Amino acid sequence: MGRAGFVVQRLLLLVPVAVGVTIIVFFMVHLIPGDPAATILGIHATPQAIALLHQQWGLNRPLPSQYWLFLDRLLHGNLGQSLYYGTSVSSLILSHLPPTLWLLGYAIVLTVLISVPLAVLAASRRDGIRDHMVRAVPLVGLGMPQFWLGFLLIYGFAISLRIFPVSGYGSGFTGHLRSMFLPGLTVALALTPVVIRSLRASMLNVLTAEYIVTARSKGVSPQRLFLRHVLRNAVIPAVTVLAVNIGFLVGATVIIEQIFAVPGIGQLMINSIFQRDFPVVQGVTLVFGVMVVLVNLLADLAYAALDPRVRFDR
Amino acid sequence: MSALQVQAEAPLAAGRARGRQARRWYRQPALMAGIVILVVVVGMALAAPLLTSYNPIAQNLNASLLGPGAHHLLGTDQLGRDTFTRLLYGLRLDLRIAFIAVLFPFVLGVVLGSLAGYFGGWVDVIIMRLVDIVVAFPFYVLVIALVFVLGPGERSIYIAITAVSWVAYARIIRGEILVAKRQDYVTAARAGGLSSLRIMGRHLLPNVITQAFIYAMSDIIQDILAIVTLGYLGLGIPPPTADLGSMINDGQNFLSTHWQLTTTPGLVVVFVGLGLSLVGDGLADLLRPGQ
Repeated sequence: MGRAGFVVQRLLLLVPVAVGVTIIVFFMVHLIPGDPAATILGIHATPQAIALLHQQWGLNRPLPSQYWLFLDRLLHGNLGQSLYYGTSVSSLILSHLPPTLWLLGYAIVLTVLISVPLAVLAASRRDGIRDHMVRAVPLVGLGMPQFWLGFLLIYGFAISLRIFPVSGYGSGFTGHLRSMFLPGLTVALALTPVVIRSLRASMLNVLTAEYIVTARSKGVSPQRLFLRHVLRNAVIPAVTVLAVNIGFLVGATVIIEQIFAVPGIGQLMINSIFQRDFPVVQGVTLVFGVMVVLVNLLADLAYAALDPRVRFDR
Repeated sequence: MSALQVQAEAPLAAGRARGRQARRWYRQPALMAGIVILVVVVGMALAAPLLTSYNPIAQNLNASLLGPGAHHLLGTDQLGRDTFTRLLYGLRLDLRIAFIAVLFPFVLGVVLGSLAGYFGGWVDVIIMRLVDIVVAFPFYVLVIALVFVLGPGERSIYIAITAVSWVAYARIIRGEILVAKRQDYVTAARAGGLSSLRIMGRHLLPNVITQAFIYAMSDIIQDILAIVTLGYLGLGIPPPTADLGSMINDGQNFLSTHWQLTTTPGLVVVFVGLGLSLVGDGLADLLRPGQ
């Protein structure tokens, strides 16, 4: 099977997953205890308002017909109306998307900048003192609540040292770069333990390869050996690990945005939960699901493009 | 990979007995340190009523926001509640929920993973598609959305975590079963006319469950973090019950003046995570057949 076939196959595999994602998001309404419309409206539940929601969501129809209605609207880009803001959910999500994408991109860059040097340091002498120190990072890092780490960074860099703003998105490119540094760093620090671990393991693995021995005996300097031979080959598994953890990365932004008051879709979701704005929560959940599916697809394709050894016939 | 493993199995069997001797569990400093941490933490959580004479939810507005001192080891919060006491009770609650919450996805994932791995075919296709769909959602997004929909409280936390976490166990067990079911002892058991249920339960599971146990150690950490995060967002256990997450939330307004209110609950979580990580890594080293 060729490259085109591989792409088509990946796209076809997406179909059942995408349908499943919409089914789960659709069913969220029916997990609400009691009459969903009455529960969501809470104190605003007049008989008219309840009847209106019933009519809007088609709650009186049989389930398959309800799902069909939901899917039909979805395909027309209609995610429903926000109960709190009164505007359409899709426009709300679109306007909140850029800060989230900024945060994600920033976090990935910072993750790479932190974990690659540390992993090189650890792998350069196995079981040396530096290796042990770097290996302790995941032990402490994995059990650290991200939002708590965010507080520590706010306290240290924003309140005590006043280097970075406490919260917000900033304006303009440099403004974003400054304001989003701490949130990006928080997400990156949560992700680095996993990446360091896998990068170190794959570098140690590469170090035993015969071409490394050859390069060494040829008299290649250690720096050059690491940069040109080891790192280049070890980075592909690390990219895979990064892709596998994209769900974690995206999920982390929800909480981090809340702490740093970044106006992204994560903050939109949490605020909508406090407003009991169900359609927005439902819409954001769906967008997050779609985002992860798409990123995984991109990672798959990039992986195939990066590594000539990847075979397409699996 | 499987063929390689099977080949390596025979000569290793003799060596493994000796290997085990050298790698006795109490000779592993990391594992021991982890066990000590867990014993201390769980012990303190269990003994909370003995270690402190304060009530975790009784307010005393005359003694609010006190600094650390002789009467209040870590000071008090804005409602005059003893921080040390609330830490102990919060830890007690969060640990209990986390240890219970890890059981359901463990069982569900192991059962579905074994079915998928053993039977293959359409059973496998359906279960693994389900896994793909659940994995498409970021962990926190789905947990938060489910808890929101189901309403706050312990029961919702169990349901949400189970719905999201079972996939990892299913994937692990399915992979292990796919390898193990081609081994001779399974063929022998099948030739002997044993039922599929018996082969899976009595012969395959004991051989593959180790990996799920090792994963469970890091999964408990994830559950504790999820519970604390939900508590922080106000979606966990409703106040005034002491919970580490809601303590961090309460303390964040006093970050610049009373930083101990936010930092100490987080440190406790990090400490618990460290203990579980050490035990998980140690167990993995101990139980994984020779590298």
